[in-house]
Amino acid sequence: MGGMSLIVRRITEIVCGFIFMYGLYIILHGHLTPGGGFAGGVIIAGSLILRVLAFGSGTESERMLSKRIPKLMSVGLLIFWGAAFTGLLMAGIFFLNAPIFGLGTPFHLLSAGLIPICNIGIGINVAAGLFSIFLAFAAVKYFMEE
Amino acid sequence: MIEIYLFLIFMIIAAVIAIEIKNLLAAAIAVGAVGFSAAILFIILQAPDLAIVQIVVEILTVIIFVAVIFRTTDIDKTVGKQLTSMQILGIVFYGFFALLFIIISERILNTLPPFGSPIMKVAGEYIKLGLPKVGGTNIVADIILDFRGLDTLGEATVLFTSAIGVLAVMRKAGRK
Repeated sequence: MGGMSLIVRRITEIVCGFIFMYGLYIILHGHLTPGGGFAGGVIIAGSLILRVLAFGSGTESERMLSKRIPKLMSVGLLIFWGAAFTGLLMAGIFFLNAPIFGLGTPFHLLSAGLIPICNIGIGINVAAGLFSIFLAFAAVKYFMEE
Repeated sequence: MIEIYLFLIFMIIAAVIAIEIKNLLAAAIAVGAVGFSAAILFIILQAPDLAIVQIVVEILTVIIFVAVIFRTTDIDKTVGKQLTSMQILGIVFYGFFALLFIIISERILNTLPPFGSPIMKVAGEYIKLGLPKVGGTNIVADIILDFRGLDTLGEATVLFTSAIGVLAVMRKAGRK
């Protein structure tokens, strides 16, 4: 897949980082405002896809990313599973949240116990998964060519 | 309430266009119209969480469709062909069972409670206990990550598995 014209590339350079930051904001504030891990992860994947569409899929950074993406996906899922298993290890109840970690003050960033950690795990998993699906289906001919 | 029905009728028309049109690019755009109407419906029904997810997923889906169409072909060869007799028989059977389904479901839907007063009383408990028991001010995050955490765990695992499946099908390393 080739790149696009100079205007599109310039605009993408400016906008792409802001979209990524917005995705991070949606994930980190998932327990306070509408949104959460899934929506923020899809927005982050969208910013990466915008870069591929504008600059083409042959760049070196894309090739590096396509090798690391399955590992990133696994890390996201493991964070979520680990958050689920901490309740089992510490108190014997799967997914036990508030009695161990405390409620925190409402409307603060560090509140609601494990929910922010779960959101971060889901966000990494969804962003890496959707971006790898896009790369495999639409952008590169073969994934993970050695 | 009337705008909900207007959007539903628009979605049905766009879905029929998406199936019946010969140009695949136009079909992908019609699918996008259906998805964005669903997002506007979620906003009207006051579900901003669902609306955000629906909008971003719809953008991603349409981009993937368009990218695949640009790489392959944009003409649907199955539209407008002469139907064989077995296909006509199948359509007749399908119409018969659809009619039967509508008649039966009309009788069942009459027994349901009206819009806005659900059967599931557990939802009210979740809304009452969300802030004092979990502590998150976004009630949707409280429900999907604490009360219904196991569902979300399975959902994330399914997404992981499907992405791994796509990578396994499209890979080059290890292929003969």
